[in-house]
Amino acid sequence: MAHALSASALLPLLTLLSSFVAGLAIFLLREQQARLRTTLNLGAALVKLGCVAAMLWGTAHGVHYELRLPLLPGNDLLLRADPLALLFVTLSAGLWLLTTVYAIGYLEGSPHRSRFFGFFSLCVTATVGIAMAGNLVTFFLFYELLTLATYPLVVHRGTPQALAAGARYLAYTLGGGAVLLAGIVWLQALAGPVEFAAGGVLRALDPAQHGALAAIFAVLIAGLGVKAALVPLHAWLPQAMVAPAPVSALLHAVAVVKAGAFGIVRVVYEVYGIEFAHTLGLLLPLAAVAAVTILFGSLRALAQDDLKRRLAYSTVSQVSYIVLGTALFGPIGTVGGLVHLVHQGVMKITLFFCAGNYAETLGIHRVSEMAGVGRRMPWTTAAFSVGALGMIGLPPVAGFVSKWHLGLGAIDAGMPWALAVLLASSLLNAAYFLPILRTAWFDAPPPHWPHEHIAARPGAETSRWLLWPTVAGAILALAAGSSASLPGSPLGWAQMIAEREYAGHGGR
Amino acid sequence: MTEAALLPLAVLLPLALGAAAFVLPEAAARRLLAPGWAAMAAVAAAIALAGEAPLRYALGAWPAPLGIELFADRLTQALLLLAVAVYAAVLPYARAYFTPGAQQARLFWPLAWLLWAGLNAAFLADDLFNQFVALELLGLAAVGLTAISGLPAALAAALRYLLAALIGTNLFLLAVALLYGASGVLSLTALATMLVPAPYAALALALLVIALALKTALAPLHFWLPPAHGGAATPVSALLSALVIKASFAILLRQWLALAPALEVALLGHLLAALGALAIVWGSVLALVQTRVKMLVAYSTVAQVGYLFLPFAWLLPGAPGAGLALEASVLQLIAHALAKAAMFLAAGCLVLAVGRDDFDALHGAAARNPVAIFAFGLAGASLIGLPPSAGFAAKWQMLHAALAAGQWPWVLLLLAGGLLTAAYVFRVLKLAFLPAPAAGDAPPASPAMPAAALALALAAAFGGLAAAPLLAYLDLGAIAWHTR
Repeated sequence: MAHALSASALLPLLTLLSSFVAGLAIFLLREQQARLRTTLNLGAALVKLGCVAAMLWGTAHGVHYELRLPLLPGNDLLLRADPLALLFVTLSAGLWLLTTVYAIGYLEGSPHRSRFFGFFSLCVTATVGIAMAGNLVTFFLFYELLTLATYPLVVHRGTPQALAAGARYLAYTLGGGAVLLAGIVWLQALAGPVEFAAGGVLRALDPAQHGALAAIFAVLIAGLGVKAALVPLHAWLPQAMVAPAPVSALLHAVAVVKAGAFGIVRVVYEVYGIEFAHTLGLLLPLAAVAAVTILFGSLRALAQDDLKRRLAYSTVSQVSYIVLGTALFGPIGTVGGLVHLVHQGVMKITLFFCAGNYAETLGIHRVSEMAGVGRRMPWTTAAFSVGALGMIGLPPVAGFVSKWHLGLGAIDAGMPWALAVLLASSLLNAAYFLPILRTAWFDAPPPHWPHEHIAARPGAETSRWLLWPTVAGAILALAAGSSASLPGSPLGWAQMIAEREYAGHGGR
Repeated sequence: MTEAALLPLAVLLPLALGAAAFVLPEAAARRLLAPGWAAMAAVAAAIALAGEAPLRYALGAWPAPLGIELFADRLTQALLLLAVAVYAAVLPYARAYFTPGAQQARLFWPLAWLLWAGLNAAFLADDLFNQFVALELLGLAAVGLTAISGLPAALAAALRYLLAALIGTNLFLLAVALLYGASGVLSLTALATMLVPAPYAALALALLVIALALKTALAPLHFWLPPAHGGAATPVSALLSALVIKASFAILLRQWLALAPALEVALLGHLLAALGALAIVWGSVLALVQTRVKMLVAYSTVAQVGYLFLPFAWLLPGAPGAGLALEASVLQLIAHALAKAAMFLAAGCLVLAVGRDDFDALHGAAARNPVAIFAFGLAGASLIGLPPSAGFAAKWQMLHAALAAGQWPWVLLLLAGGLLTAAYVFRVLKLAFLPAPAAGDAPPASPAMPAAALALALAAAFGGLAAAPLLAYLDLGAIAWHTR
């Protein structure tokens, strides 16, 4: 039994340390030690995936993974692999592997790679910590670490635009962190140290405190909403697209916006509890903010010619699907929000990889430069098409499964207006993605590409390091959508979590 | 109590080392560094391990009630070890920083040992007489260290520092005369039991507070600090900012805990906290506009001193949150000592690489000194108060103390102060990402220098992980309001 106990504390730690130690080791490497750096990067990514797989297997067999160390008086550093944590940790560990492969190809031969990959690893360490955090203080610790570890990646190129984007990123995220800290301290003053638990932990508090609890909820959501890019706290995200493509993938799919959305999920379900939040009347305002963000992001995306900017506004919109699902009272909406956490990540990472491939291979940065690119880069464009159709919500891509559950959840929660928002957003998605697909596949290519860095070779439209993760992302997006009814799928996992959140508290 | 004989050793040993470093040739003084530091560390460790009860050592033939004695409780132990840790980084840094045989080095070694004697004397003092002597010794060594470069700016800064130190000393002396004249005792323990609410006692406490706030550079009494700390040789800057102002603060904290219960101090406490708030905002804003990196770090000290005094709003006998406030002050003292020493040492590496310390010259210096800039960033994270740093633990206790007292404005100030700190810290960190100009600068100095900065920065950045056991060990509730 002692052996099982120590193993159950070690695995979360090892999951965390695999990238942390690799990151520190990479900092120490000289710039030319490319092979060793690649080995460390990929080795750490594989070790982390192995740890996650072991924890998934163990959890399915009833093992409880938890690591608890004293941190502050009354507050522990608590890492715990509960089902919600595993959903996010599996997503980030899986996509990290893809992004690492992609980044190795993307940055080949460019300066400061040891610095880049060092912080890259710290970023993923922070994300894993956020996923497995078992209480608010631990969550906050890794949430701030994520800010610090991401800044060097955003300003990596050192150009005035990158530094300006970095300054705005810091101003927003550190400001959000301060607001989040205020909420956490206020809540702790009221309720003592808060550990996450399915069904929430605050319901037992004196009803006289309900006003303060509602105010704390607003403060917490405002702090988390910066990273989740809720309107009007979203302005850092489109500007941060000056960063290299792998960083965009990290910001938009693996780590940063996900950390914000995941934090909102934790606060709603496992701090307040969905039913208690519903009783306090907190869900409707949250749904309204999400709806505004969904429509605003989609409308702004329409107007962008820069491909990465269009994708960035698309992220603003799509991440709020998760928030909307969280705010829909009822298990179906919950499933829709949780499963979109995974689906949006897989689809958006594919789209950003594609944008990076176009830029690195042909120098294409704008939608208006994409005419006929489907003939020159069929695999990349096919992957882009999968991602785009998924974002619109067409079966069998993953996005359809999300939108289906969100729509049903809206009706189930008695919020038919949310269904109208989803439909309007889908039309807008189509309006900003379909013209790209049309011009890429059907228009005639120009005589010269803007800046052809990588010449076409038979059977290889671009570097293999760039192409394989892109295609893998598209396959994952298709697989998540078409195998949704299987038990191990993201949908099955989300359903299991939703059952826990509503079980046994007199819910529906 | 044979262990108590260790207490005078903690003061006499550095005095002897200083005397030896003064008479020996510079090369021999250098060879003295490692064994000297090891002996000091051994003494501090022995005192820390001596046991549960506070140690007392009666000096000469002056037993209680006059009560001139050396005294070591757990807070003293922690402060002695803090000095050992900071010196562990500063001494090897200084060895690489000063050219062998140079005039600066010949002056630095004896004065650094003398300073350590003053620090330990201050940490071990529990009566007004010893506190006075310790402050004199410290002031002497600190002013001398400020001047060792011999540059006109350094001499001017040292004179200004000397002026502030003398004013502070005289106010302190006046307060001692008032208290001794009325009560006939000097020991804080005795005073705590004998003091009655009387105008003279209130006046004496106010004088002590002004004298020590001046020596700790609480705004608006900080005028002397930026030129002294920003203009001194880097190892000196680190010692002054990390330790010297903490010694006067520790003395003030002990006096406050002894004298406050008998007097009506709520107003004074709130005034100190308000000045702390002023220091945080004003120091940070001035740090934001500095054009030289070491002056930025010096103004950061002005701001961080504000956090030392902020808890006095709740550090009132019987007030809710008083215990949290005391813990916050002590944590901030330790956190800032580690982080600011690291930050000065790191900034010194950057400055040394280009020979100038204005921001324009530092483009690229950061990119070529990755360890130094990394140390600067870690130290900055602690100053900002990001987890899991020691600075975060201090801020966390302060936030809870403010909420325990139901005082929201302080919470907002603490959070805004963190953001202001981030703004000036990232002014420096940004340099690391600017494209470096063509090479041609001096090669980075000995790797010992950035390594020393990094070691302290790591301690600061991860110190928060040790906060819970540290606070449990210090057991500050036991020394609050002189219940010992």
